[in-house]
Amino acid sequence: MVRAVHSAELAPTTYGWHINATELRVRAGRRMAVDGLDLRLGQGVHGLLGPNGAGKTTLIRALATVLRPAGGELNLLGQRVGGRLDLRSLRRQIGYLPQDFGYYKQFTVREFVEYMGWLKEMNPREVPDAVQRAIDRVGLRERANSRMKQLSGGMLRRAGIAQAIVNSPDLLLLDEPTVGLDPAQRLEFRTLLRDLGQQACVLVSTHLVEDVAAACSNVVLMDEGKLVFQGTPADVAARGGQQDVGDNPIERGYTALLTQHRAGVHQ
Amino acid sequence: MTKHPRDGVLTAYVVGEPELAPETVWAVEAHLETCGACRQELTEITALRAPEVPALLDRVWSTVDKMAVEAAAPKSLRLVRLLRQWAPPAQRPWLVMSALVAVAAFVIDLLAKSTHSVSLVLLLAPVTPLFGISAAWSWSVDPMGELTASSPRAGLELVLRRTVAVLVVIIPLVALTGGVDGVSIALCLVPCLAFTVGALAVGTVLGVQRAATLLGAAWVAVSVVPALIQSDLPAQLSRASLPWWGVAAVLAAAIVLVRGRRFAQV
Repeated sequence: MVRAVHSAELAPTTYGWHINATELRVRAGRRMAVDGLDLRLGQGVHGLLGPNGAGKTTLIRALATVLRPAGGELNLLGQRVGGRLDLRSLRRQIGYLPQDFGYYKQFTVREFVEYMGWLKEMNPREVPDAVQRAIDRVGLRERANSRMKQLSGGMLRRAGIAQAIVNSPDLLLLDEPTVGLDPAQRLEFRTLLRDLGQQACVLVSTHLVEDVAAACSNVVLMDEGKLVFQGTPADVAARGGQQDVGDNPIERGYTALLTQHRAGVHQ
Repeated sequence: MTKHPRDGVLTAYVVGEPELAPETVWAVEAHLETCGACRQELTEITALRAPEVPALLDRVWSTVDKMAVEAAAPKSLRLVRLLRQWAPPAQRPWLVMSALVAVAAFVIDLLAKSTHSVSLVLLLAPVTPLFGISAAWSWSVDPMGELTASSPRAGLELVLRRTVAVLVVIIPLVALTGGVDGVSIALCLVPCLAFTVGALAVGTVLGVQRAATLLGAAWVAVSVVPALIQSDLPAQLSRASLPWWGVAAVLAAAIVLVRGRRFAQV
């Protein structure tokens, strides 16, 4: 692994590390999609980059406690995942937006977020205000009473983000959150991300390096189920040479790091 | 990724310069799909050189927004919200199917009373709730399965809630149709309960949908088909078998309680 600075060292909170994985292994079907991953992340916005099949979605599903680790150790918000752990209390502090999130088409945006508030065991008295706040933060106030089936792809994504943040999570996991957002919405979303990162550990899986450059304080690069690099966007950019593929410095750094890692693996 | 357009090409694209070759337009559009920086530049050039485009877009969106607000769905009633918490929308068609099986069995019994000595209501009572149960905890049926599975409520409590929702509909229906049909209500209900809890118990290993399918198919093969062929009720639906159904239900319930944690994860 190419080691750089942990931006997570900025402000360890009461948990120390929000995510602390040691030799983590997680299966996706028969394949070991995450295979011996070491990762420590604290408060802030962390961009998770990697090529298709790198294990990003499997890692996020394991961190969302949807998938059980097949090996290694995983601590989330100071609690060890596995054994007799009370997943219930841990899940109350997690927000999760899956890559392909489903919804009931007949629900309105407000009903969808309210239903998620109920699933997240929020205090029923706090739900209406929390739902309104979440809807406002993603800019869907005007569409709060529109049915989910009437929304465009970008609006659906924003509704998905609203349900993820409705419980003010300490750990927020977003898998490809900017898919379908237009440039203006992405700019707003980056501002929201930076804002959320002030109080929580936000892990964003994305293919769009511009989002990482603009919103993330830390970059995690994965390939073949392993951690390839962890550092700031500037660290990634510094790894790229003029001859590497990519339109901007981070893309060039990303390509250089992957090439370097794969060459090391094959040797 | 394609190369950035040369200086002036984006401006020519925005103003619709007639000298811009079609293949250049195509290349610019292909590049814009993958380049955020150029899309941003395009937005800025459009605002400067073709302000009518953003103005038109704003008008379209404000009209769409207005229409959407005007056509807003009514606020959900408290009762509707409560129903969703017990039986989510994805489960309802399956619950209706369970109810239809009970009704169809009853109607057939009424119509064929003179020719059939076997009560279909009694024969199908054990598997009647299984359609609704199979959708109680199933990823293939529930579009919100992934989000539900990651939530604190995921697990035994949610599965039991959804099971209760099925039983609240099916038990009165089976008891009523069985009573009118003149068969033992206990013989209708106890196997019905045993199969329901059994599906959950096997579901802790195989998944609830697979377990319900397996138990339903086994009952049809072992009991329903032979009973219809021989026009005689199987021994497992005699009064003497009632205590055994009770024991099976209690054992299955114990398994569900012990292994119920399995429902909290994929």
